[in-house]
Amino acid sequence: MFDGFTMGELGAIFAMQGFAGLILFSVFVLMALGLAIIFGQMGVINMAHGEFLILGAYVTYLCAQFFEAFLPNLYGIYFFVAMALAFCVAGAFGMLVEWGLIRHLYRRPLDTLLATWGLSLILQQTYRSVFGAREVGVTIPEWMLGSLQLTDLIEVPINGIFVMTLTTVIAGLVAFMMFRSGWGRRVRAVVQDRTMAGAVGINTEMTDRMTFGIGCGIAGVAGSAFTMIGSTGPTAGQLYIVDTFLVVVFGGAGSLFGTIASAFTISQAQSVLEFFLSGSMAKVLTLLTVVGILMLRPQGLFTLKIRK
Amino acid sequence: MNDDKAPLGSRFRPSRRSVLQGSAALTASLFAPKGLLASDFPTDQVNTTGLAVTDDTVTIGILHSITGTMAISETGSVQAEKLAIAQINAQGGILGRQIEYIQEDGASDWPTFAEKARKLLVNDRVASVMGCWTSASRKAVLPVFEQHNGFLYYPTFYEGLEQSPNVIYTGQEATQQIIAGLDWVAREKGAETFYLLGSDYIWPRTSNKIARIHIEEFLGKEVVGEEYYPLGHTQFNSVMNKIRLRRPDVIYAIVVGGSNVAFYRQLKAAGIDMTEESPLLLTISVTEDEIRGIGGENIVGAYACMKYFQSLENENNLAFVQAFKEMWGEDMVIGDVTQAAYLGPWLYKFAVEQAGSFDVDQVRAASPGIEFNEAPEGYVRIHENHHLWSKTRVGRARDDGQYDVVFETEDLVEPDPFPEGYQ
Amino acid sequence: MAHARIRLFTPAEIVGFIILAVIVFAVLPLVMDSFRLNLFGKYLTYGFVAIGLVLCWGAGGILSLGQGVFFGLGGYCMAMFLKLEASTPEATSIQTTPGIPDFMDWNQVTALPWWWEPFNNFAFTLFAILAVPMAFAFIIGFAMFTRRVGGVYFAIITQAIAAILTILIIGQQGYTGGVNGITDLRTLLGWDIRPDEAKTTLYFINGVLLFGCLLIAHLIRRSKLGRLLIAIRDQEDRVRFSGYDVANFKIFVFCVGAGMAAVGGAMFTLQVGFMSPTLIGIVPSIEMVIFCAVGGRLSILGAVYGAVLVNWAKTAFSETFPELWLFAMGALFIGVVLAFPYGLAGLYDDHVKPRLLWLAQLWPRRRGSPDTNALAGPTEQVGGGYALASKGGSRDAST
Repeated sequence: MFDGFTMGELGAIFAMQGFAGLILFSVFVLMALGLAIIFGQMGVINMAHGEFLILGAYVTYLCAQFFEAFLPNLYGIYFFVAMALAFCVAGAFGMLVEWGLIRHLYRRPLDTLLATWGLSLILQQTYRSVFGAREVGVTIPEWMLGSLQLTDLIEVPINGIFVMTLTTVIAGLVAFMMFRSGWGRRVRAVVQDRTMAGAVGINTEMTDRMTFGIGCGIAGVAGSAFTMIGSTGPTAGQLYIVDTFLVVVFGGAGSLFGTIASAFTISQAQSVLEFFLSGSMAKVLTLLTVVGILMLRPQGLFTLKIRK
Repeated sequence: MNDDKAPLGSRFRPSRRSVLQGSAALTASLFAPKGLLASDFPTDQVNTTGLAVTDDTVTIGILHSITGTMAISETGSVQAEKLAIAQINAQGGILGRQIEYIQEDGASDWPTFAEKARKLLVNDRVASVMGCWTSASRKAVLPVFEQHNGFLYYPTFYEGLEQSPNVIYTGQEATQQIIAGLDWVAREKGAETFYLLGSDYIWPRTSNKIARIHIEEFLGKEVVGEEYYPLGHTQFNSVMNKIRLRRPDVIYAIVVGGSNVAFYRQLKAAGIDMTEESPLLLTISVTEDEIRGIGGENIVGAYACMKYFQSLENENNLAFVQAFKEMWGEDMVIGDVTQAAYLGPWLYKFAVEQAGSFDVDQVRAASPGIEFNEAPEGYVRIHENHHLWSKTRVGRARDDGQYDVVFETEDLVEPDPFPEGYQ
Repeated sequence: MAHARIRLFTPAEIVGFIILAVIVFAVLPLVMDSFRLNLFGKYLTYGFVAIGLVLCWGAGGILSLGQGVFFGLGGYCMAMFLKLEASTPEATSIQTTPGIPDFMDWNQVTALPWWWEPFNNFAFTLFAILAVPMAFAFIIGFAMFTRRVGGVYFAIITQAIAAILTILIIGQQGYTGGVNGITDLRTLLGWDIRPDEAKTTLYFINGVLLFGCLLIAHLIRRSKLGRLLIAIRDQEDRVRFSGYDVANFKIFVFCVGAGMAAVGGAMFTLQVGFMSPTLIGIVPSIEMVIFCAVGGRLSILGAVYGAVLVNWAKTAFSETFPELWLFAMGALFIGVVLAFPYGLAGLYDDHVKPRLLWLAQLWPRRRGSPDTNALAGPTEQVGGGYALASKGGSRDAST
């Protein structure tokens, strides 16, 4: 398979493949981060995570429509406005859901699974009723399409770089908020001991609501970014949900670092295998490995020790 | 395979031109049944098997997914079928009977399809069913139709390898769709090397099998890669690198569903400009419907090979597109499968009127040789093997989401669901 | 109390069983035409899964979101046998390789894979229908429970496994039939399973098996094992400190649940006539949990009613309001979880049963052994809803 190529060409292709792996890694992190925050900090599995992603995507779609119609000269930057809006809309909706649904179920974590699943069904049908069953085409500003010529041989997709940057920024912000801000301190306190945290005057209810909102907001931003690489339709959220859950489960509950490590492992394994095997086979092998490791280490790669 | 001896089929071997010229004259003969009165066809004579046919109405079923992942694709088919039914009713219906329909939701779930098919056939006793989209749903309902002797009009282009007495396949089977396109790209574009790519299920795999055999054994060219990605896969950066590595002349892509959007957007992002045709991209899975999701600017320059494009410029199609938009809205687009779904009710009407009966056995017996001159894609005729004789066309994607037709086969292509030499 | 005789059935339970038996074996077959009866047969196959879930989830506190895996494995085992029987060399003579299932031929598989071979044998198939899913459940259970993985984490791992298995089956279509699944099944040991009469017979076989499973589930819950499971659900650590090996009990009940799901899957294949990966993935697995939740997660009879009712509602809704049934389903999920955590059985125990008792004065309340109350359903209400503590609720411990 490598006949007739110079070392330079091969090197370039390997470099681009490495880059492809990194893009996949960024996508996985972006997908899973919102879910991991909510799961890790609150013990709640948000089965409607995929629908929150798509909410962000639809916000982006509406934004694109708006800019096209009313602010065509600012069209090039609409994407940033869309992402901010997606965060706010998904976050606000997430807080609403927490208030209306989740907070009644904190003592029954298994039941939140079912309730959020019901929510996801309702959201899917809502999207279908509002936007139609067909996929909507989100137009992307011209400057975000195409690729960047790094050297004569190496070119990398601009949207890939964009996703990587976005992931880095969001992961950085989350880390900063989690470990340096007052909110982060409160969240960590609540995770470690809810009763004590309440006793020392932390508003645990508000902390929960914020956490859930931020998790959903990040999902919204991710959905917004994924309009560049994937489809936007009522059921498109389902495309991401399997990978998302795998990343979170494999990483281990309650550990953001675990989520990132697991995203890295899975994405690199998949990317390398994809290059040498058929895509379908690569996926199967990756999944089998993940299941195998989960059987040996069911608690995931990293776990947080919590006093129960 | 002796379809040419069929009484109706023998009269025409029309090129597109003669269809257009002849269409005015043919309208008279085809729509002569407009004056048919239900009273000339007493219900107890045209319906001896207890179907849902009354003195004024005939009930048929529509069975598509309007919820779930497949709703994206199947919505257009439902719309086209309802349009055809409305038009037929406006012209006086079938044997003087207005068509009523019962619509069921397959919910993108194959057991549900089987359940609903049984409900339509056993409880509602519908006279025929327009429905299904995926192969899996067709496979699920097939035993039901065969057991209860129902009659299904199936609109999707599919992998072939099937010929049921209870199904009329109004889309193209794999060889019809594939071979003409490959011949064209080898002849006109001088393509030597091909990279086959698809979503991982039966249709892309069977199609690529046929394509590979045709490329290697009949054209004498080379396949430099063949691979599949799981349904719903959204990350295609690795395959871009492999394409760079193998440098094929043609990327032959059969990616479907949500993966489509991801694939074409990433192809463009990877700097593979399809307008430059190096490599050239040929697909058999992207209709105008899919381009709405992909975005015209992401796929401009790609070639698609199928039997119908919305931009076909013939009177039938102009009228069809106009009627479709009037009924469902100006922003609608019409893809190959939508058009094929539109054929279903019409072919059923002609078969019933040819048979002079709604009985499934009689309709089946009358079906081979049934012609439809007003089909938007141009003249079509039902083959003995229940597929359609139809032309195959190659279109080139424009950035407004439509295709320019750059090639069409001289003659109708014979359907061959069990192709010799391609197994 | 230790000396109280543990009765196998209280009168109320006997009445419950009889009512269900009358409905399944007399009312439904008399009222329904063959088409609807077959549909209800299909719904009842989900009842098997729901009974298994009551054991695992309601009694044991183990929520598995991967029951579709076991349902599917059982169904696939049966489908493989039926497919081989349907793929005689004569019936498949147009294939390149006659005598193998059609989808293998389409995917250029030229010989029957070795692991298909044993499924030519009906006895082996029956064995495999139970053994394969239960062995798989044992592996999962062993890996998880011996490492004390439970609760939500267990739920999403089983869910991930369901997703992975679906992708595996779809990806290996030459050996599994891919997305289409294994279709066009015709006969069972020469007996045509497609005509209406056969479907009616299968319905009754299905009903008998269902009652078999109900009895097994009832016996397990009445036994010491059943009480230990409840203890584990409510205070796992205390049971462990008392010297019991908690993991073994959990593995056992998980395997039993898997076996029941597998029987349901095999009956599903027989009655519907095919098996496909859409019955394995995340969506069907979660729906199965909902059947159980709607029926009442503590009641094995309720689970059967729940499975039938939800599926019937799904069919009815999608026939009447095809575009709205997802709203209805979603609302049902949320409603059951928020307002009626004990489902139909809870409603019955709360509102119907007291009135029945008051009317009939047949037997005084709480005359039965304490165990009866522990198992039958909620008897106290706290603040308008049941106080479900995180580990399962104090209501059982209180009796």
